[in-house]
Order: sequence, then C-alpha cells, then structure tokens
Amino acid sequence: MRNFLVARLMQAGIVAMVVGALCFLLMRVLPGDAAMRIAAGRYGPDARIAEAADKVRLELGLDRPVLLQFLEWLGGLLRLDLGHSLVTGAPVVDELQVQLGASVWLAASALLISLLIGPVIGVFSGMKPGGITDRTGLAGAVVFRAIPPFVLGLILMFILSKQLGWLPPAGFGSPREIVLPALTLALGLAAMSSRVTRNSVAAVARTPYFAFARHKGLPEAIVVRRHGIRNAAIPVVSYLGLQAVYLVEGVVVVESLFAYPGIGHALVHAIVERDIPMVQGTALVMGLMFVAIAALVDAISLWLDPRFGRAA
Amino acid sequence: MSTIDNVSPARGRARLSGSCASGAALLFLLAAFALLGPVLIPADPAAQDFSASLAPIGGDYALGADHYGRSLLARLAHGARLSFGLAFLTMLAAAVPGVLLGLAAAWRGGWTERLLELLATVVLALPGLMLVLLLLAFSPGNYGPLFLGLSLTLWVEFYRVTRAATKTVLAQPHIEAARMLGFGSGYILRNCVLPVIAPTIATLAAFAMATAIIAVSTLSAISVGLQPPTPELGSMIVELLPYYAEAPVHVLLPAMLIFLLVLGLQLVAEGDRA
Repeated sequence: MRNFLVARLMQAGIVAMVVGALCFLLMRVLPGDAAMRIAAGRYGPDARIAEAADKVRLELGLDRPVLLQFLEWLGGLLRLDLGHSLVTGAPVVDELQVQLGASVWLAASALLISLLIGPVIGVFSGMKPGGITDRTGLAGAVVFRAIPPFVLGLILMFILSKQLGWLPPAGFGSPREIVLPALTLALGLAAMSSRVTRNSVAAVARTPYFAFARHKGLPEAIVVRRHGIRNAAIPVVSYLGLQAVYLVEGVVVVESLFAYPGIGHALVHAIVERDIPMVQGTALVMGLMFVAIAALVDAISLWLDPRFGRAA
Repeated sequence: MSTIDNVSPARGRARLSGSCASGAALLFLLAAFALLGPVLIPADPAAQDFSASLAPIGGDYALGADHYGRSLLARLAHGARLSFGLAFLTMLAAAVPGVLLGLAAAWRGGWTERLLELLATVVLALPGLMLVLLLLAFSPGNYGPLFLGLSLTLWVEFYRVTRAATKTVLAQPHIEAARMLGFGSGYILRNCVLPVIAPTIATLAAFAMATAIIAVSTLSAISVGLQPPTPELGSMIVELLPYYAEAPVHVLLPAMLIFLLVLGLQLVAEGDRA
C-alpha cells in the first residue's frame, strides 16, 4: 500500500520538476527581455517602460544568477504560488480552479461512459470468442482506434447535433453540453478497453475454477458474476492506468474542439498566446491529474487483488 | 502516447497474416501516393485560384479544390508525404537511440542501466502529448519542436522493450556459450540478440508511426502544430470544415487519408505480433 503511494508521490515530484524546468527555460529562451515583457504585460507599453522594466527586474530578482532564480521558482511551486497570467493578470491558481473543475467533470463522465460501453462489449465477446459479437467488437475497436480523436469528435458533432439535432455542438453550462465531448473520449477509451476485457474474460473462462463453478451446477449468471467478473477485472483495471494517458491527452484535444472551458483548452490557448505562467500552471495540473488517476488505479487494483500488496 | 495498447486478441495465424497482408498492401498504395504524388502531380499545393473555389470533384480538378481554389489532389499528396515522412523520421529518431540504449542498459547493467531507467521514468511521468505541447510552446508551428517532442516521448517505449527482451535473451545458455567461445559483445548483440527482438521492434515501429501521424494531425487541428499554408492533413480538415454544407466530400478526403494511414499501420503491427 505504502509502496505505490511513495512511487506516485515521486512521480508527482518529477512532473513538477520537468514542467517547472521546461517553463523556466522557456522564460529564458524566448526572444526579448523577460523584465520588459512582464512590465509591458502589467503596465502597458508606454514611454516609461524602461524604468518599469528596471523596477520589475529588481522586484522579481531577474538580475541574479540563473540557478538561484530556478530554485526560487521551484520554491514558489511548492507554495502553490504559480504567478500571474501574462494576459489576464489574474492569479494563475484562481483561473485553474475553475477550469480544473470543468475538466474533472469531463474526464469522469468520459471514463464512466467508456466503462458502460467497453467492458460490457468485452464480456459478451469474451464469453464466446470467435462469435459474431467478438468479430463485430474487433472490427469496431480497430476502426475506432484508427480515427484520431478530433476527427471522431467532428463526426459525432455532425451526426448528433447537426443532422439529428439532439445535442448542442459546443459550449458549456448544462449537462447536455458535456455529453458530446465525453462521448468522443469514451468511444476511444472503450475501443481499447473492450479488447482488453475480451481477452481477460476469455482467459478466465478457460480456467479450471470457472469450469468447476459451472460443473457444480451454479446458474450461468452467478458463475459470470462471482467467478468471472472480479478475476477478469484485474487486467482491465490495470489497463485503465495506461488509459489515463489517453484520457489526459484526449482532454486537451476534445476541449479545444468543443470549446469546453477546461484545463486542456486553457493550455492550448496559453501556448498560442505564449502566456508562460499559464502554460506552467495548466501543464502542471494536467500532469498531476495523470498521476492522480494512476494512483487511483493502483488503489483499485490492490482492492481487487490483495496479492499485489503482499507481494510488494 | 499510447503505443502500448496490448489489445491484440489471440486469433488464428491464417487470419493474422491476412490482416498483415492487407495492411501492407494498404500502406504500399498510400506510400506510393505520398512519394510519387508530389512528383507526378504538376499542380502547386499552395497555388490559389479563386474562380475555382470549392470546385467539385471530377471537373478541372481531379479531386476538387478547397475554398482558396487550391488543388485538393496536390494538397492531399503533399499532406500524405508530410505525414508519412515526419512519422517515419520521428520513428527512426525514436527507434535508433531507443534500441541502442536498451541494448547498452541490458549489456552493461550497473550505473548505465540505473541512469537510463531514471531518464525513462522522468519522460514517462508526463503524458506524451503534454511534453510535446510544452516543447511546442518554444516555437509554435515549427517542425523542430514537434519532431523533437514526439521522438523524445516515443523512444522510451523502444528502450524499455529492448532492455527487457535483451535481458531475457542474455540470460540464456547459448549466449554464455558464445561468450566463452570468445565472441565479442558487438558480434553477440548483432547475431544473437537483434534477430530475436527485431519482430517486436517492428511492431513498436508501426505503432510509433501511427501515434506520430495522429499526433501531428491533431496538433495542427487544434492550431498549435504546423501552421495553415502547409498542406497538413489535420489542418486541411479544420480549414475545410466551415464549407461542409457545400462540399462535404472535400472535408472527408483528408480525414479518410489519415484514417487509412493509421489503419494500415495498425493492421501491419497486429499481424507482426503473431
């Protein structure tokens, strides 16, 4: 139990270091004087900009050695002081709070929908390998994995909101608007998890204990529910850890596509606008979201199969 | 990037080679289009002709023209070459160091291995696309950071698989025998290890290329990748999207091309794995 927590905490630390270091480097490498840029962002480009820049340089200590500045930057990260957005001037932390909420809702609903689609198809295909469900499932999985998420999103937008008019194509506010982006992500996730589930269910269905449960006369439903699902769930849940990558990357793409005001949307905007404190903040939060999902998956795996904990 | 989806179901060998063959045929056709197209098609993919804006398919323009009247056929061919070429280069830039470092880690062990493992952990701590996005922030719209970011995230997979597979091979008795017979490390790695891990590496390479193609088109589509005048498939879709009502097929063409590219690569990869 403690082992995986320590590992995930270390991962979180590495995420902060990498994001911090890259953004710090970005601040240095971008053309122009950093103090001048910040001054212009704060007070607007007026005639006294040079004096303002000197003040900023003194205030933020931009004239000191680079290493010292980097350490201070990291210290700020630890205190959750992410600075101010260069564009809006608001504290980055405040903006992140709003966006994080929206993104977490999106990711959670996508995961939920994908769990309703993928494993269900997987169980039905795995119970009869080679059957019609299995083959359709395979074809569906191959097709959905070959469609880039943004194309899938566009296709869904056209079918569900333009042709059928069921759902709004973009926006934010009511639960109706979350459906399309969440469904886009969920279909991609389900395409992968359905095959993993299918393989693991097929493997469990071949085991002696499964045959024994049948031979001793248990009804099929109980055999599947008691002896099948939990055992088959272990690889599926550990695979969710890999899907966390897809989910976090997908959030960036899908949010931009559907104009959904979450972290990923903010990250893309910050990159286009070169708003470095925002880039740092959003990248950091998304990286940590990834770590958090992975930690959650660890915990569920442990609950499903306590042997992991004893072995560690 | 999620190249690691081990989703291949246990299927019959005959059907697997079938999927591999169809994937290879598909890839061959697309590669021919991507390589020969830009050479054989005389039209400039950037030449505008406003009188032919959104020209229909089959007229003066074989596959129609986009909203600026640029030949779609030429743009698709150049876009395919760009996607294919960039994906291939990215794959090479990821596979070569990945495999070499994996071999080095498995062979040398000790500090070399520990340092490389640390490096891999650092790269894997962040989702791949995030690393690419962070690097793209340095200069949005350029090939450099895109290429660098993608290969930086993709090499880890090659490294880890090579290291693990090589370790298993190196522990076997025939390697020990080869060592005792006095064969050099280079000879053993080349002749006893590489042939064993080559099929796995080929699978990974196909997946890496598929990932790279999806990533490049996606990043352009959300306007942080390559910038509009470049005939890039992802940005072509997004540019043509507002004209969907007038010319739906024009939007579908680049989308189909990406889909077929990725599908071909995945079929080949699935086939290889058997």
